[in-house]
Amino acid sequence: MEMNTFLQNFADILDETDAILITQETVFRDLDEWNSLTALSLIAMADEEYDVKLTGDDIKSSNSLNDIFEIIKNKG
Amino acid sequence: MAAFSVNDIAIKGISCCVPKNTERNIDLELITQEEIRKFIEVTGVEERRIATKEISTSDLCCEAAEQLISSLNWHKDEIEILVFVSQTGDYLLPVSASILQNRLGLSTQCMAFDVPLGCSGYVYGISIIAGMMKTAGFKKGLLLAGDTISKIVSKTDKSTLPLFGDAGSATAFEIDEKAGNIFFDLGTDGSGYKTIIVPDGGARNRINEDSLKVNKIEEGISRSSCDLVLDGMDVFSFGISQGPKTVNKLIEKFAIDKEKVDYFIFHQANMMMNKMIAKKLKLPVEKVPYSLKHFGNTSSATIPLTIVSELKDQILNQSSNLLMCGFGVGLSWGTMFVEDAKIECLDLIEL
Repeated sequence: MEMNTFLQNFADILDETDAILITQETVFRDLDEWNSLTALSLIAMADEEYDVKLTGDDIKSSNSLNDIFEIIKNKG
Repeated sequence: MAAFSVNDIAIKGISCCVPKNTERNIDLELITQEEIRKFIEVTGVEERRIATKEISTSDLCCEAAEQLISSLNWHKDEIEILVFVSQTGDYLLPVSASILQNRLGLSTQCMAFDVPLGCSGYVYGISIIAGMMKTAGFKKGLLLAGDTISKIVSKTDKSTLPLFGDAGSATAFEIDEKAGNIFFDLGTDGSGYKTIIVPDGGARNRINEDSLKVNKIEEGISRSSCDLVLDGMDVFSFGISQGPKTVNKLIEKFAIDKEKVDYFIFHQANMMMNKMIAKKLKLPVEKVPYSLKHFGNTSSATIPLTIVSELKDQILNQSSNLLMCGFGVGLSWGTMFVEDAKIECLDLIEL
């Protein structure tokens, strides 16, 4: 699993956020565009791209995109 | 493994009744206009029918049943089983099915009981009625399924209020040797029981002095312990994985030719979830109807309501092969396939 591809996949689920802001240190919750509906897009992306079932707890316990990356990697 | 088939039982007719009163999401003051637009884009829900204080689920189902029985020219005393599928019955006890038996003027020889399932309830209800009728040799059976979830959502919870609408349905069954098979796949995963829950009011947490206190969970979400709690992320995660799984299981187990299915009617959870399930199953868009736009998520009524509101003209007096799939609260799921169904479909009733 590639970090850059993952970050690109994450950037793709956002409409208004500049992809430059999306790095592995990004605290996704602090993004203006982040809300409960973007969380659903993240779950959908993990399912489609990595065949991984992300739970609400996975997202709630994560801070940075790196945390999400690690969870997906470990579940994949 | 709860995968089985029942033969000799025909689905004769379906009718649905919704409250006249309509609420548009765009009019909600709970969230900003921008949030509402985003919400509508993701969930597909523009408006919902909301029961006034005087109307309960059993009223909607009763009206749907009366019109269906008269349209089919049934003799009421031939109905030997009535099942009411709902999570919003009239009282904690007795079951609403007994109130409905009396209101509808059904025979006292009719067995009647409630099944308090939600999103999977319509498919479960059909499996129960079909199985009982086949085993006992009952001539006619009636399934009433619906909910008035608006009564148990907090008016200050943006995670539930804009999603749920109210509706009731009635479905009529008859013993018929010419009827095709009905195939079922049913399942349960109670480890997710907290995903969709009303915490207080049952015997586990009796209503106490704290039950009605409104707590602010986060911005835009305030509710009491007697209100519905929905963990959107976990429900979504469950739906997009379990929905396709149960459909595929049914198709594989009974060697169903996917091409021969005329329509795939899914529980209407939210548009993003439903589209994702249809995409994963590679279903043709024209075979997957949606009723979310005008009615929202109506719990156990979504499947019959989608049939009545979106497919009436296509299936009326025609032999159709229908696959139906419900998934959600429990967590629980059910998929069924009915061959050559000739279903009398009534116009949508308003109360």
